[in-house]
Amino acid sequence: MIAPLQELPEDFVKKVDEIVSHYPASQRSASLMLLHEWQERFGFISEFAIEWIAQRLELQAINILELVTFYPMFRQKPFGKCQVRVCRTLSCALGGSSKTYEHFKNLTGAQGDEHGPITSPDGKYTIEFVECLASCGTAPVVMMNEDFYESVDEKKVEELVQKYS
Amino acid sequence: MATAQRRIILKNIDVPGYTNDMDCYLKNGGYEVLKKAFGMEQTAIKDEVKKSQLRGRGGAGFSCGLKWSFIDASKVTKPIYLICNADESEPGTFKDRQIIHKDPHQLIEGMVMSCYANNVKLAYIYIRGEMSEGAVILNRALDEARAKNFLGKNILGKGYDLEIYVHRGAGAYICGEETGLIESLEGKRAYPRIKPPYFPAVLGLYMCPTIVNNVETLCNVKHVIEMGGENFAKIGTPNNTGTRILCVSGDVNKPGYYEFECGSITMGELLHEVCGGIKGGRKLKAIIPGGSSSKVLRADQAYKIKQKDADGNMVEKSLTLEDIPMDFDTLAAVGSMAGSGGIIVMDDSRDMVECLANLSEFYAHESCGQCTPCREGVLWMKKILHRVSHGHGRGNEDIDLLQNVADNIAGRTICAFGEAASWPVQSFLEKFRPDFEKRAGESSGLEKKLS
Repeated sequence: MIAPLQELPEDFVKKVDEIVSHYPASQRSASLMLLHEWQERFGFISEFAIEWIAQRLELQAINILELVTFYPMFRQKPFGKCQVRVCRTLSCALGGSSKTYEHFKNLTGAQGDEHGPITSPDGKYTIEFVECLASCGTAPVVMMNEDFYESVDEKKVEELVQKYS
Repeated sequence: MATAQRRIILKNIDVPGYTNDMDCYLKNGGYEVLKKAFGMEQTAIKDEVKKSQLRGRGGAGFSCGLKWSFIDASKVTKPIYLICNADESEPGTFKDRQIIHKDPHQLIEGMVMSCYANNVKLAYIYIRGEMSEGAVILNRALDEARAKNFLGKNILGKGYDLEIYVHRGAGAYICGEETGLIESLEGKRAYPRIKPPYFPAVLGLYMCPTIVNNVETLCNVKHVIEMGGENFAKIGTPNNTGTRILCVSGDVNKPGYYEFECGSITMGELLHEVCGGIKGGRKLKAIIPGGSSSKVLRADQAYKIKQKDADGNMVEKSLTLEDIPMDFDTLAAVGSMAGSGGIIVMDDSRDMVECLANLSEFYAHESCGQCTPCREGVLWMKKILHRVSHGHGRGNEDIDLLQNVADNIAGRTICAFGEAASWPVQSFLEKFRPDFEKRAGESSGLEKKLS
């Protein structure tokens, strides 16, 4: 069952209209931007989100779902309050990113698989090893939500965990 | 003493007091070149770019003037699109981030005149999803440009309309491949298209003629128009014109981004003089010279190249790694490539098996999954390298298998990702095979029993 447009906040619906207007030749092009907008506003891409965006763009739900499962940035489950992305790729690895990653895990108690998001037991932090974040000269680099941090050694990890607690 | 930097693109970047807003850009002569361009015929702008011999800065080094010449605006009935490829995600490369964050108007100015020259009415900046702050900065800069009528309807009273929008990717490396990027911009999975027939210049965005240029390339267009194509071509060396932003990371004392005339500096000068030498006084072991996909070069090896001397005769020269000038042609001649300008340095304390295992994990994560040799091959390369680096190798058999898998991806896929993923494996094995054989031979035997 799809909720009518007015059930979503008015400013969100307006923002969606503006985004769609950027693609006069094909509104399907707006899918990625709408998914970003939704995830930033509501935290994750729910089934409802997929149905709603598909309906708004006059597409089938599968057209949206296949994007959510293809693009690594979209998530179908809620994340912790603070999303921690640690760069894993070569330059950061040479700079010690596995120590940085391990330290985040130790301090927050998050446990699990190395190449997927893991959430701390208190639900505060979701930590993820991600691929190259394009700031290889200041390795290792970390993103705390949308904030970018460079040369994150173990001491800096402690400060960041505090700051985003 | 190493050659001094020549900062054209990075001229204002990191200068104390220089900010990324319109006022500061205008105070520093911003948008004056756009006014000059608007006083020129569209074809004259394209001619200047051709004369400049500017080569694309995204990785392939393709001639920008030639790329533009594929589209003849006077004959095309469909809309023409221009897309700025700001999906910077080649490991080792971090130049576009600096331009977008610190001097976004330089990009917009270059982009507006490029659009004007090619009769483009609607353009997009495809920025990678993780650069959310960069997207905010670009949107603000675009708003400022609209307010000053450098963008929008009837720009500067010339009767030319142009709109530029920012489009965010969502964490997929394959979007840097131009046809994958176009699919992604159409709201689909970023599956690259097969060429032919889907050359962007003919069947690009919405099956219309499309130009895809890198951030640094579009910034260069501004400087080509400012100084004239012929003057631009005098910078650097023949066929390698202009400057190049070199991003150095890994085991050097002063990693960072530096801008030099193409070919004016050698690898040795760059590492030892500009970047302060190898970390901890250790020795250089290997270099990846143009982003992680480029073939690795070994430090203690002689590289033979054929070059024309002053009289035009072909002569053979032998170079050490440190003698190699950082230009497109020489790096290609020694068996690698200048690529995106991302240089990753590894010192003699580094384990080549682990370095390659790290890279192959990247490619396994980033394959789009469209072509079987790549989708399956990158996964097997990752698995083999994982067990070899974790002490479960199966001796030379594993190394031969790794080689075999790599050799059967390149050339059998729709896009160049197949090559990008196999070149590191092939080149690491070629240059450091004994390291791999030794490691694969140190098996615990556990895995072997299980299989």
